[in-house]
Amino acid sequence: MFLRFLRPYLIVALVGTCACEREQRQFNEPTAASAPVQSVRLTPQQPGPQLPEIATDAPYAENAYAVNEGKKLYSSYNCEGCHFMGGGGMGPALMDDRWIYGSDPANIFQTIVQGRPNGMPSFGSKIPRYQIWQLVSYVRSMSGLLKSDVAPSRSDSMHARAPEAMMKQEIPKQ
Amino acid sequence: MGRLSSLILLATLLAGCSKQPRTSDAAAAAGSIAGKLTTPAAADDGQWLMAAKDYANTRYSSLDQISTGNVANLKQAWSFSTGAVNGHEAAPLVVGDTMYVVTPFPNVLYALDLKNGGTLKWTYDPKASNAAKGVACCDVVNRGAAYWNGRIYYNTLDAHTVAVDATTGKEVWKTKLGEFTNGETITMAPIVVKDKVLVGNSGGEMGVRGWITAVDANSGHIAWRAYTTGPDKDVLIGPDFKPFYEGDRGKDLGMSSWPPDQWKIGGGNVWGWISYDPEANLIYHGTGNPGPWNPDIRPGDNKWTCGIFARNPDTGQARWAYQWTPHDVHDWDGINEQVLLDLDLKGAKRKVLVRAERNGYIYVMDRLSGEVLSATPYVHITTTKGVDLKTGRLQVIPEKATGTGRMVRDICPFSAGAKDWQPTAFSPKTGLLYIPHNNMCEDMEGTEVSYIAGTPYVGAHVRMYAGPGGHRGEYTAWDPVAAKPVFKIKERFPVWSGTVATAGDVTFYGTMDGWFKAVHARTGDVLWQHKVGSGIVGQPITYKGPDGKQYVAVLAGVGGWAGAIVAGGFDPRDATAGLGFVQPMADLPQYTTKGGILYVFALP
Repeated sequence: MFLRFLRPYLIVALVGTCACEREQRQFNEPTAASAPVQSVRLTPQQPGPQLPEIATDAPYAENAYAVNEGKKLYSSYNCEGCHFMGGGGMGPALMDDRWIYGSDPANIFQTIVQGRPNGMPSFGSKIPRYQIWQLVSYVRSMSGLLKSDVAPSRSDSMHARAPEAMMKQEIPKQ
Repeated sequence: MGRLSSLILLATLLAGCSKQPRTSDAAAAAGSIAGKLTTPAAADDGQWLMAAKDYANTRYSSLDQISTGNVANLKQAWSFSTGAVNGHEAAPLVVGDTMYVVTPFPNVLYALDLKNGGTLKWTYDPKASNAAKGVACCDVVNRGAAYWNGRIYYNTLDAHTVAVDATTGKEVWKTKLGEFTNGETITMAPIVVKDKVLVGNSGGEMGVRGWITAVDANSGHIAWRAYTTGPDKDVLIGPDFKPFYEGDRGKDLGMSSWPPDQWKIGGGNVWGWISYDPEANLIYHGTGNPGPWNPDIRPGDNKWTCGIFARNPDTGQARWAYQWTPHDVHDWDGINEQVLLDLDLKGAKRKVLVRAERNGYIYVMDRLSGEVLSATPYVHITTTKGVDLKTGRLQVIPEKATGTGRMVRDICPFSAGAKDWQPTAFSPKTGLLYIPHNNMCEDMEGTEVSYIAGTPYVGAHVRMYAGPGGHRGEYTAWDPVAAKPVFKIKERFPVWSGTVATAGDVTFYGTMDGWFKAVHARTGDVLWQHKVGSGIVGQPITYKGPDGKQYVAVLAGVGGWAGAIVAGGFDPRDATAGLGFVQPMADLPQYTTKGGILYVFALP
């Protein structure tokens, strides 16, 4: 009787455990999100035999809360001022399949940290690293590179583009 | 038309032009003319020595070989690829036997030999910083150069002014005027008045405080700088300041019409056109939009943004000032050209400036006193109800003002205005002002915004669309005395090019889908058109070649704010992209690709 009473709660608890990364909050951001990223190739081109891609950590690729934080930061840090809601304007579009400096999370992280010589400012020493990773995940969501249950599904302002969660995945090209 | 007996300010100066002997000696070309030309205004009319053609900003040429009767035979004479791919908004210059062309970033200057089919004489590269591309709001354009005393003067995107020897192509001086890392760029075409190069900055979307600076043309040293905002001592408002309207009188209005310190990041950039009246010894220049666009952040009139100054060019001291759009809420930069004319108005001879303003009105102002004589709508307007001629104040409709979290629809004209930077031309023969302009509206919503130096400071989402009729551009001939249009040509896209008027009663303009058109200056009939390789956003000119023939030249190469979708490859699925100007131009890539080419035309 007692067990039967508990069963629905157990099921809810189990389901909750499966989805916990999506909703996870961190009071202290994990080391992966604050440590410097391993070096990553900026171009697919290599001399001689092609070596495998280096797998990189993307701390918030599965975390909807962090991606939404990234969306807010994208506006607050004026990323939106140049890239707008992904269509570009002063900086390149981020909702399409073109990635000048690479689409790997580590590439995007490096682009934000280091800046790029054609106009992208270097934010590296100005904002916390975990926030840069949150931005990385949000930027990837803009072209449908995150799962739709992780990517944001609505905006608090003018609905000027399809929600990130509704984006068909754009296969990155470099 | 009977009432009209207008003449351009420089008509008297131009009268003797045809008598001025034109050197045919190649070696003497640019260099020796320099000795005779103490000011560009005294030049041979067959040349083109500053982007606006003359100090009155008429863009009128008295050449008349190409006329309504024969323009249909116009053929391409030669062309030249600039190697640049962004918006080509500049006017070529013609000095003696040489043409000078400034490209958009990287702001290369080419000298082309007119005696030899446009062969390249030399190239000057100012080596502007690539990083500056990241702080230019609306494509990395340049609007042209000025010739004075044997030198070519122009500005670079990374906020320098350069002086280049017109004969050798060697750099004479290069002066840094601003910090592009703080969002400050320069895109405007300078003018040279007496021995001063007058330059203003861009950056109204980056929280950059606007200024106009006079640089000594000989040494490259800064002679004076006048800010648009701040205390009177910074704005160069002193005892000579006599504004016409009560609301513009008072101490330090450039500070007190802002929340504390907001004027320091409040825009008001001087990125447009400067006119000069030698008789009154006054220059006239507009000021850009206040920043950020979201007006909730800056209650007050935000002086002296979206306005105009008359200044003494020797000292920079202001004589009068006026705001077209106090407390602008729509990004209506007040930087358009002021055409200086002497008009008979109601029986009285008036020295006026005529100005097709971004807010949708054509202003006729007394240029000595700063009084608004008339302000007449020339496009569909939903945002204001005219100008109160007693107070000079624009009568706004409060419901059309946006604010934080407040969406306002059907704003006409839109943020780029009835007319943006694209300059008009005035023909003293027809008495008409020829206006390349826009027909677009928008929805706008203010947002919260962070000020972070060197990044955008806008605080607004904008969604733009075509105005009534569905066409996005118009080319209007306007009678400034009768204050009414004489004809209008509708265009699919905004008419983002300049225009030139000629004594042959032909005017020229270009379209963003790549047609260069000749128009009958009295009827508006399109007499000739030629398809070029890329959309036109440049300023056409006309000149007399070394062979005595009249030529017409224009830079093609689509871009600028309106053409950013092609120049930058932006994604129209985002309505806010490119400050709202990408989505309404989603069909432009079907009509044109990018790439800068100079085209020169002549009769066979």
